[in-house]
Amino acid sequence: MPITYTSEEQIEVYRFSLPVTVGVPLLALFLQAFLPRRFPSFSYLDLPLLVTIFFGMARRNPISGLLTGAAIGLVQDMLGPYPIGIYGIAKTVVGYLASSLGVKLDVENAGTRLLVTLAFYLIHAAVYFTVARGMVNLTLNWSWSRGILAGLANAVLGVGLYFLLDKLKQRT
Amino acid sequence: MESILGRYRNLTILVGVLFLQVLGLAVQVKRSADVENTRLIRIWAVDVITPLERGVIWLQNGGGSILHNYLFLRGVRAENRQLKDQIEQMRLEEVRLSEDATQAHRLQSLLAFKEQFIAKTVAAQVIGSSGSDLSRSIYIDKGENAGLKPDMAVITAGGIVGKVWLVYPSTSLVLMINDQSSGVGVFMEKSRLQGVLRGTPNGELILERVMSDEQVAPGETVLSSGGDQIFPKGLPVGTVSKVSPGKEMFLSIKVKPAADLSRLEEVLVVTEKQERGAVADSGERVRAADILARRLPSVPEKPAPVAGAVPAASAAGAKPQLSGADKPAGGEILKRVVQKPVSGDAALNGPANDASTGTSSENSSRTSGAKANSANPSAKPATTQPKPAAPQTTPPPAATEDNPH
Repeated sequence: MPITYTSEEQIEVYRFSLPVTVGVPLLALFLQAFLPRRFPSFSYLDLPLLVTIFFGMARRNPISGLLTGAAIGLVQDMLGPYPIGIYGIAKTVVGYLASSLGVKLDVENAGTRLLVTLAFYLIHAAVYFTVARGMVNLTLNWSWSRGILAGLANAVLGVGLYFLLDKLKQRT
Repeated sequence: MESILGRYRNLTILVGVLFLQVLGLAVQVKRSADVENTRLIRIWAVDVITPLERGVIWLQNGGGSILHNYLFLRGVRAENRQLKDQIEQMRLEEVRLSEDATQAHRLQSLLAFKEQFIAKTVAAQVIGSSGSDLSRSIYIDKGENAGLKPDMAVITAGGIVGKVWLVYPSTSLVLMINDQSSGVGVFMEKSRLQGVLRGTPNGELILERVMSDEQVAPGETVLSSGGDQIFPKGLPVGTVSKVSPGKEMFLSIKVKPAADLSRLEEVLVVTEKQERGAVADSGERVRAADILARRLPSVPEKPAPVAGAVPAASAAGAKPQLSGADKPAGGEILKRVVQKPVSGDAALNGPANDASTGTSSENSSRTSGAKANSANPSAKPATTQPKPAAPQTTPPPAATEDNPH
């Protein structure tokens, strides 16, 4: 699928209602905490990351994207055993990049979304591992095979999820 | 300056937000008790998410019980028959195990061993997880209000699960043994090799710190050593599934967890441990020296028996029950302990051994055993227990919150 450049005039900027803005990330965080207990392989998916990417690309506003990423990431950190801020930093970066990319690229078609989500998953993992190992001194090991597979799984799920979330968009 | 900030407004805000988070992380890392510092913030997030999880679990259990009680009764009769057969087999096994346990208890009491028992547990339900594939942790529905504290052991009937990491008023976060940052002191049931069990990024368990020249066979049971001061000694941890050369001079031993860590429903939190001296069962009055003589074939044979007296020690000594593999490496120490009080030994082997004599000599053996043990601290559990793990593998019935002690 080709990634096409679009001029800023052609880009449509979307907004979301308050219930969607708050409810969708919360639902993603809840499902992320609840479903791996029933389906262990679900832990390879990162719903909060997909939601961050979606909101970033749809709003096309870097500040809003990075703040959304930071908020979702920090709450995810609060639910985990490690110091707060590791997911926060990683998702802030992804939120900023996703919204910046949304300004420059047509991110409405499925192929672009698949590639973009895979790329953002890897960027997210890279930032997470850098912070976790470099700053917090956690003994985490990176596995390329696992990372690529998890990235692909997230990208495939992301395409489906974005399609559903598209229905919640409101044109500005 | 203002125009530069205006031009790079987005980037400036990004740097600012990142800087704040890095600062927050640095503060947490700098302070040793980082978990306590962020407790209040964590409680907010947990209070938002866990009520939803509790609600779903409640609905699930309600719906599930209707299905199980009324709709899914097919095959219950066959299952009942199968379970009865299983109970019969387990009864036979229990008799054998209790015999072993009794003998081991007597020997431990002789050597004044301190045993660690699980005195009290709290049953808890698993309601969620941290949701990340990079950390293996679960949420349970019991917290401070139920008496839980950080670093308490979490177990199931199958084996150990992890330890309590963060405690909130009504929930707790449990760090599982297969998390990358967790470590458990363990030993192997047969070979008595000690090591440290760690989690991997894939959620597997690897046993570290076992030298490459040691012989480790797949299928061997791994038990908690108690060295981490969290898990009581002798709880099942898992079985060795694969052995391969590791880094430097150590083996890489993959361990399959005894508890199904990916499908946990209910767990037990060990809220109270008790340490007490091993006490021999009072029901059957068997002299300790007889047991030692049975276990240690080289203890001097009894003199010719007097008519009517049953030479228990020599009879048992003629056919030692321990195989080469089971025989403790520290058998010599035990022999010395027994042989030291010569008069006692002679009295035991003599035909005039009545119950009272046996009791007194048992006491003298216990004293000398204690002395020998204290004189030689290196000859502790790993070397002096003839069949050490058996009594502790199955923890004694522990009190739950509903039935304390």
